[in-house]
Amino acid sequence: ETQTKCGTISLFSHLHQYSRKAPLTQQLSIPSTVIHPSIVRLGLQYSQGIVVGSNARSVALLHAFKQVIRDYTTPPNEELARDLVNKLKPYISFLNQCRPLSASMGNAIKYIKKEISNIPSQFKEEEAKTKLQKCIDCYINENVVLAAKAISKYAIKKISDGDVILVYGCSSLVNHILCEAYDKSRKFRVIVVDSRPRLEGREALRRLVQRGISCTYVLISALSYILPEVSKVFLGAHALLANGYVMSRVGTSQIALVARTFNVPVLVCCETYKFCERVQTDSFVSNELDDPDDLMVTRKGKTQLENWHDVSSLGLLNLVYDVTPPDFVDLVITDLGMIPCTSVPVVLRVKNLEQ
Amino acid sequence: MPGADKETDLTERIEAFLADLKRGGSGTGPLRGSGEMARETTYLLRRITAQARWSSAGDLMEIIRNEGRRMTAAQPSETTVGNMVRRVLKIIREEYARSRGSSEETEQQESLHKLLTAGELSEENFRQHFVHLKANVIEAINELLTELDGTTDNIAMQALEHIHSNEVIMTVGRSRTVEAFLKDAARKRKFHVIVAECAPFCQGHEMATGLSKVGIETTVIADAAIFAVMSRVNKVIIGTQTVLANGGLRAVNGTHSVALAARHHSTPLIICAPMFKLSPQVFTTIFYPFPGSFSYCLPVLREILSKVNVHCPVFDYVPPELITLFISNIGGNAPSYIYRLMSELYHPEDHKL
Repeated sequence: ETQTKCGTISLFSHLHQYSRKAPLTQQLSIPSTVIHPSIVRLGLQYSQGIVVGSNARSVALLHAFKQVIRDYTTPPNEELARDLVNKLKPYISFLNQCRPLSASMGNAIKYIKKEISNIPSQFKEEEAKTKLQKCIDCYINENVVLAAKAISKYAIKKISDGDVILVYGCSSLVNHILCEAYDKSRKFRVIVVDSRPRLEGREALRRLVQRGISCTYVLISALSYILPEVSKVFLGAHALLANGYVMSRVGTSQIALVARTFNVPVLVCCETYKFCERVQTDSFVSNELDDPDDLMVTRKGKTQLENWHDVSSLGLLNLVYDVTPPDFVDLVITDLGMIPCTSVPVVLRVKNLEQ
Repeated sequence: MPGADKETDLTERIEAFLADLKRGGSGTGPLRGSGEMARETTYLLRRITAQARWSSAGDLMEIIRNEGRRMTAAQPSETTVGNMVRRVLKIIREEYARSRGSSEETEQQESLHKLLTAGELSEENFRQHFVHLKANVIEAINELLTELDGTTDNIAMQALEHIHSNEVIMTVGRSRTVEAFLKDAARKRKFHVIVAECAPFCQGHEMATGLSKVGIETTVIADAAIFAVMSRVNKVIIGTQTVLANGGLRAVNGTHSVALAARHHSTPLIICAPMFKLSPQVFTTIFYPFPGSFSYCLPVLREILSKVNVHCPVFDYVPPELITLFISNIGGNAPSYIYRLMSELYHPEDHKL
C-alpha cells in the first residue's frame, strides 16, 4: 500500500512506492492471462531486479517483442499494421506497472510502433513479420552494439597512460570502454565508487578485476578522501534530457558536484537512443521509488530500523534516479561525437529529421 | 605506607585509562562519546592533581604534560583528551598567577603590543610554592566539570532560536548533541528531519529511531541521495568530532559532500559543537581508518578481495568557508571567530604538549 507516512515522503506521494513484499499480480489492473508469456516473464524480471540497467532493459524488451511478433497471427478482417499496435498497448502498460519504463525503452517502443504502422498493406503476413524482426535486430545492432564501439573509440582518445579513472556504480557502457582501453594497452587504474543500498559497484568491480585492471573500491561517503588522486571521472547515463540535464543513478549528481570542486573533468558516456525530449530540473517531479526495506541493515547484531513500519513518524526513502545539472558535466561522449551537454536538443532535432 | 599506596593506585588508574583509550581506537572496547571522554579525562587529571607528589606549579604542569603526551599518543584520533589536558594546564597557570597576586589581565593573552613592549622575555618558571594552590586548582577543575556536564543542555537551549516551524532539516549520521538540540526544538515546533544514514556504519539509523520516538517526523535516506534531496532542505545541522584551529572541521566521512551540496543550494550549514571539541590542531592529511570496518565495505566478494584496494576513511575535513555558524555552549559564533575563542581556552605554549 502506498501510505504517505510523513512530511518528506509526501514530496514523493505522486510517485508509486514499490514494495518487493507485495506479490506483483495483486497490484495489477490487467489480468495477466491476456498478456503474452514472454512479456509476463520480462515484467517479473524487471520488478525483481534481475534485468537492470538501461541497455539491458531495452534489449530484453526488444527481444520479447520479437517473440510476440513471431507468435502473432492477424485476425480475419484486420490489418496487421493497426492490430499489432493495438495488441502491444496492454503489454506496454503491464510492463509499466511492473517497473516504470525507462527513456531508452520509451524510444525503442516509439521506433517499433512507427515501423509497424509503416508496413505497406500489400505485404503478406510472413513478409511483414520477417521485416519487423529484421528492423528490431538492426535497431539493437545500430543503437547498442555499434554505438558502444563508436563511443569506445572516442573515449579511448580521452584516456592517457597513468590516468586514475573514477567510475560510479555499474554502467555497461563505461565498463565496455574501460575494458577496450585496457585491451589497447592503456595504462590506468580505476576507482569504483559504490553506494548503498543497491551496491551495484561490486558487479562493475568484478568485471574489471576479471579483465586484470587494477581497482580500488570505496563507498560514496569517502568521495572527498579519494578525489585528490583522481584524474578523470567517467559516468554512465540513464537518459539525457532536452535541457541538458543528465538523468542517472542516484548519487551521480553528488559525484559530479564534488569532482567539479576538485577540478576533475567529468565525462558522461551515453548512446543517442537514450536522448529524451522531456525536460526536468529536479529529482522530485519524475523519479522512481524503490523498496524502502532495502535501507535496513544489521550492524553488530542489531537492526535499528526493524520495526519502522510501526513507527508513524519514521519513513525511509530509497530513490533510484537523480538529475545532474549541465554545468557539472564537462563533456558527453555519444556515438555521434563528443558534444557538450547543452547540444542534446540539436542531436534530437537531427535524429528527427533523419526519420 | 599510605603515600605509596596512593601512588600505585594512581598509576594503576592512569594505565587503565590508557589501555581503554587504545582499545577504544581498535574498535574492540566500548564506543564512548566525546563528552564522556572529556569527563573521564578531567576526573583523571583531578585525581593526578590531588594524589601525585608535586611542590610547585611547574612540577604539576610537567606531570600533567607528560601524562597528556602519553594519552594523546595512545589514541591520536581522540582529540578531546588533549583538549582537556590543555584546559587544565591553562587553569594551573591562571591559579598560579592569581596566587602570585599579579592581576589576571596583564597575563592574559599574547598580543603584538606586548611582544613589542615586553623587552626581554619574562621567564615564568612557576617554581614558587603556594599553600592553597592545590585546593584552588582542584576547585577550578570542579568548575570545569560542571561546565562539561551542562554543555549538551546549553546547546539544546538555543534550539528555538534557530528552527522555525515547518522546516526541513538535514543531518548526517549520529550526534548526541544534535539529537538533544532537535528534541528540544520539537517540544515547541513542528518540523521534518532528513537523516543521511552514513554508510558503512549506518549510525544515521540510530539517530532516526531516536528522533522518531519523540514524534519528530523523520526520513532516512541513503548517502547517495544527499544532493538530490538538498534542494528541498532549509538547513543542515550536523555535529562534528573536532573543531580545528582555523574554523574547519574534522567530521565523520561524507560531511564534506554534504557541505558542498549545501553551499551549492545556498543552504546554511550549522554545526553544534561544545567547546571541549575545539582543538589547536590544524588540518593534516592523516585520517585514521578503522580496522575491521572493511568487512562492511565489501560484502561477499572473497575471491577478488586480494586484488582490490579498499579504502574506508573515518573522517573528512570540511574547510571553514563552507560553514555558516557554530553553536556551542557559549553561544553562536562565526567560523572566523574560532581563533579568538581558542586563545581564551588554551595558552599558546600548551598548543604542542
